[in-house]
Amino acid sequence: MCLAIPGRLVSVCGAEELRAGEVDFGGVRRPTNLAFVPEAQVGDYVLVHVGFAIAVIDEVVAAETLDALTALDVLRDDPDSLARFEASLPAMAEQPKLRRLH
Amino acid sequence: MKINGFEGAIGALSCPLPVFEDSIVQLAHGGGGRKSAQLIESMFVPAFASPALEALGDGALLDVAGTRLAFSTDSFVVQPVFFPGGDIGSLAVHGTVNDLAMCGAEPVALSVAFVLEEGFPTADLRRIVSSMAAAASACPVPIVTGDTKVVDRGKGDGIYVNTSGIGRVRRGIDVGPRRARPGDAVLVSGPVGDHGIAVMSARSGLEMETSLVSDSACVLPLVRAMLDAVPSTRTLRDPTRGGLATALCEIALSSGVGVTIDEAAVPVRPEVRAACELLGFDPLYVACEGRFLAIVPNEGADRAVAALRAVSGGESACRIGEVTTGPAGRVLLRTGIGSHRRLERLSGEQLPRIC
Amino acid sequence: MRHLDEYRDPLAIRSVLSRIEKALVRPATLMEVCGGQTHAILKFGLDQVLPPKLRLIHGPGCPVCVTPLEQIDRALAIAATPGVIFCSFGDMLRVPGSHGDLLLAKARGADVRIVYSPMDAVAIARREPSRPVVFFAVGFETTAPANAMAALVAMREGVRNFSMLVSHVLVPPALEALLSADGCEIDGLLAPGHVCVITGQEEYETVSRRFGIPIVITGFEPLDLLSGVLAAIEQLETGRACVENRYARVASAGGNAAARRVVGEVFEVCDRKWRGLGEIPASGYAFAPAFAAVDAERVFGLEDLRVDEPDDCPSGLVLQGRLVPTRCPQFGARCTPDHPLGAPMVSAEGACAAYFHYGRTAAEGEEARA
Repeated sequence: MCLAIPGRLVSVCGAEELRAGEVDFGGVRRPTNLAFVPEAQVGDYVLVHVGFAIAVIDEVVAAETLDALTALDVLRDDPDSLARFEASLPAMAEQPKLRRLH
Repeated sequence: MKINGFEGAIGALSCPLPVFEDSIVQLAHGGGGRKSAQLIESMFVPAFASPALEALGDGALLDVAGTRLAFSTDSFVVQPVFFPGGDIGSLAVHGTVNDLAMCGAEPVALSVAFVLEEGFPTADLRRIVSSMAAAASACPVPIVTGDTKVVDRGKGDGIYVNTSGIGRVRRGIDVGPRRARPGDAVLVSGPVGDHGIAVMSARSGLEMETSLVSDSACVLPLVRAMLDAVPSTRTLRDPTRGGLATALCEIALSSGVGVTIDEAAVPVRPEVRAACELLGFDPLYVACEGRFLAIVPNEGADRAVAALRAVSGGESACRIGEVTTGPAGRVLLRTGIGSHRRLERLSGEQLPRIC
Repeated sequence: MRHLDEYRDPLAIRSVLSRIEKALVRPATLMEVCGGQTHAILKFGLDQVLPPKLRLIHGPGCPVCVTPLEQIDRALAIAATPGVIFCSFGDMLRVPGSHGDLLLAKARGADVRIVYSPMDAVAIARREPSRPVVFFAVGFETTAPANAMAALVAMREGVRNFSMLVSHVLVPPALEALLSADGCEIDGLLAPGHVCVITGQEEYETVSRRFGIPIVITGFEPLDLLSGVLAAIEQLETGRACVENRYARVASAGGNAAARRVVGEVFEVCDRKWRGLGEIPASGYAFAPAFAAVDAERVFGLEDLRVDEPDDCPSGLVLQGRLVPTRCPQFGARCTPDHPLGAPMVSAEGACAAYFHYGRTAAEGEEARA
């Protein structure tokens, strides 16, 4: 449910429930209601759902999350493991279907 | 939505004819997807049955006194009529010229028919007409006959345009939707989805602002360069309504083959990708009006890509996948992580979604 | 796109996958609650690359799929009223009611318009003051603040021709219903990240404690989803069961207070019928009494309309994760996205449509089982 997309806040106007701004989504801009993110500043990345920003993306936490996931990165550090993974791909290519159904 | 051309019927001709069940016409019947195909298969094709109709791709191929002619028609109902990168006039010329090009033909002449709504500004009409004239002389192809009708105010959408065209099939060229063979390469002439997203962002209501312009263009220079480089080209198809995925499904069904494409290889502009994320669309189903798919023998693929890239507008041409043994009609997308998903023809229209 | 592409990096995805493979010892069954997660799992083919010992059940988190038939019939009745402009998210247009869907109503002459935001519907009402404008307010906790704000603004500005048909549902009561059901096989939950952005995680802590299962708040990109799967498996393998937040860059523990304040002003909790699951106590929102003037059910006198769900579509079992779409006798035969019998075949995130679109045809399912 709930398609929500991150974009960068490029301008702000108005106040309270009519506080609004323009958000840039990778080259597409759309007016966005900012009533639920009073703390959002120009330059922040916000998460937008049905025309409303519902969260400001925490850049520090985002970086930590990615770092943690890359720290798990056994493949990058272990070329043999990557090679084994690559070797398993053709088998999947020949059998492009659900391997597991309930 | 424009009413679907007969090209949509291709893939389905091998299937048993279903009964057309819907009691009234809906927009999806012109959306270029499965509902369009159902209407064509179960209503038009049985009624008009003829060998040329049943064999055709983007246009009919006719033998007239020893000359191979291509014949195609298309109606244009785009809203708004002026959009970034084009208008209904240039679009109508490019659309039919491109359909002829997809038959491997050089256009000989076009007809144009207008359905105008009472009250439509003549300044707009003049702008559209001069845009058509410019597009036709750029090809070049003469506009040799036409028709005008005016309907009561409120009974049209300002302006509808139909164009038809005939072309001469190039000597030594035999392209068609049934000719794809396992092992062939699948190429695309440029980034997909620009037209659909540019038109959508120009519509009132969505309030999307982007610098994106429609890809509406005449593809003849690209097709000429490619056919010169690889005369054995098997299939050409412009992915208009229904987009790249629907076009590939139709080719795969017609040729009785499968197709596998690489998701990462399909060129999509960042703005198109972003707009699709925002609206919940899949760029593979968004319409193009100046791109084409080409199926070429594998050994000609590099030459074809090089020839396309040497022509203005073909700089991003690339190979996106290959034709497989099937099963017939199965189009698979290989993701970056090595999994696969199946691409079906568009069902109905893509509607902006929230979930 | 920043904050999106990073979470689709194939190499990072593969590395988390291999970590999942290593961590998973005993077979496990996880339910991804949200339909958006189901959609992403099938779109990126994550189900094909996860270890076979891990079973994913697709949860009821699709507002389109769980909107009951009678609510669709109310929408159709309002849309067919002369003069009305009926506004809806695109998702709801193809959902079948007792007699056709909103697209068919449009073809028959109704003025049905797709909007991207509920505020767009308010704007239409301002532009066309002489016509009743009705917005079909569906969604979970994520969408409720936006819809509440539309009602609030319309009331404050005195946009008298605007009203909303409210069909809001809440996730935790549905989870409790699913987890309490006989024969429930769910070992852990991937909680809907965007719902938690609004609600915070407190209610999920209650559910986790009550049923003793791991709940991981999870995003919607491949890396987010796999990170959620990994966290759930690590909890299961080490015998823990708590709420863990793997979507902390947007979902804070306390949620969005400003959004909840507006929801609390406009809506109150009510019992709701869910398509396929039946009536669940305290599982939805209805207008608070002060907002009766914008309640379309009252405005159009449709409060008493009652419709029983059809029995030829076992979508309830699908929504409960007890029937794989491909095993439904109607799947791909009588029931396709062109002619859906039930809502899960309509919505892009409905489990049936996702299986259909992403190529899980019945035949391939049989092949895969063999």
